[in-house]
Amino acid sequence: MSNQNDHHEASQKPPGRKEMSRRQFLTYTLGGATAYMVSGAVLPMIRFAVDPILHKGSKGNFIKVVEVSKITNEPQEFSFELQQQDGWYSSTATLSAWIRKNDKGEIVALSPVCKHLGCTIGWNNDKGYPDEYHCPCHGARYTKDGKNLAVAPKPLDEYTVKVDNGWIYLGQIVPNKHVS
Amino acid sequence: MFKGIYNWVDERLDITPIWRDVADHEVPEHVNPAHHFSAFVYCFGGLTFFITVIQILSGMFLTMYYVPDIINAYGSVEYLQTKVAFGQIVRGMHHWGASLVIVMMFLHTLRVFFTGSYKAPREMNWVVGMLIFFVMIGLGLTGYLLPWDNKAYFATRVTLQIADSIPVVGPYLKELMQGGQIVGAETLTRFFAVHVFFLPAVLLLLLVGHFIMIRRQGISGPL
Ligand code: HEM
Ligand code: FES
Repeated sequence: MSNQNDHHEASQKPPGRKEMSRRQFLTYTLGGATAYMVSGAVLPMIRFAVDPILHKGSKGNFIKVVEVSKITNEPQEFSFELQQQDGWYSSTATLSAWIRKNDKGEIVALSPVCKHLGCTIGWNNDKGYPDEYHCPCHGARYTKDGKNLAVAPKPLDEYTVKVDNGWIYLGQIVPNKHVS
Repeated sequence: MFKGIYNWVDERLDITPIWRDVADHEVPEHVNPAHHFSAFVYCFGGLTFFITVIQILSGMFLTMYYVPDIINAYGSVEYLQTKVAFGQIVRGMHHWGASLVIVMMFLHTLRVFFTGSYKAPREMNWVVGMLIFFVMIGLGLTGYLLPWDNKAYFATRVTLQIADSIPVVGPYLKELMQGGQIVGAETLTRFFAVHVFFLPAVLLLLLVGHFIMIRRQGISGPL
């Protein structure tokens, strides 16, 4: 059956030139004009809505936090203030870091934000697990260097550290480079 | 008197067929709790809709006092709850209704699942139902930030962290939802707009689709 059809079609030459029908022409022009007008209305709104993600994030300046002489092997929490612009509000945010000197003598400043879902961790705050960072939300635990032991998928982030004239300056938060 | 007004309008606009089409139809025996008490499971869909109507109404009234601004949001909620007459009731309706609507929706979904009502020809209504489910979750998550207290702030941090964990698009999605680098003023206005205008609009469209399909296909038969 299909063979017969094929044969029939092959024998009949298609017309040499495809005429556009009036109906098709009107569909294209009206459709195109409509699409143009709709996008004229919609594009500004979309650009308006995504504006915040197209702003360049402020590149972190280094902020003076604490004297090097205060840092021990035991992690200590230090807080510092950051000037931040939030839309039409400018405010000072208080950030904190757990800072210690590791066995190689490097200064490591860990971010207190849990890598599970972002609660705030503390040092040595769970009696069952001494000398570890612990997150109260779902029980994530980390070593002194921030290596993830339970729950959290990644080690604690760290601040970039700069030492100048006996003072520690902290910059951007980056993935932990001191644990493997 | 009302009958007179009704007849006057009906003569001109012929409105009787409109409401007949919506409301005047038989409830089959197997879904009528008066016949079989266990048929109350068929009420969950209607109850979900009932609570949704309460959410929309109470939400509309809450916006008479609420302001989506990080300085004033908490104060406005505290004011409407403690100083405005029946504020505790109206906010309470919205607050508890938000949880109840999820519970009802879940029970309704279980009914549909265990009666097999998602099967042909009703597959599309299952899909629309799932979309309604996601919109509801979205309404809950965006509404939760609005009181701008500690619980709201940290719950939203965690929600956005979950969005952030999606491969590839996660970080962009998070920043788009957050409206910037931090959960702040622009997050609150964004969540407010999405909670009060965008998602309710989508929800209403989906509900219309849900109900039209139910009317076309009728309620599924007895087990
Ligand atoms: C099914 C739909 C909805 C759900 C599930 C829902 C859910 C929520 C939730 C969970 C909250 C936080 C309440 C609290 O913590 O006490 C909230 C707050 C709020 N919602 Fe909705 N909502 C819905 C619809 C609406 C609509 C349609 C409007 C407005 C037109 C609205 C306006 C508001 C306002 C102004 C607040 C802040 C006041 C407050 O926190 O008490 N909501 N909503
Ligand atoms: S957020 Fe820290 S354990 Fe879940």
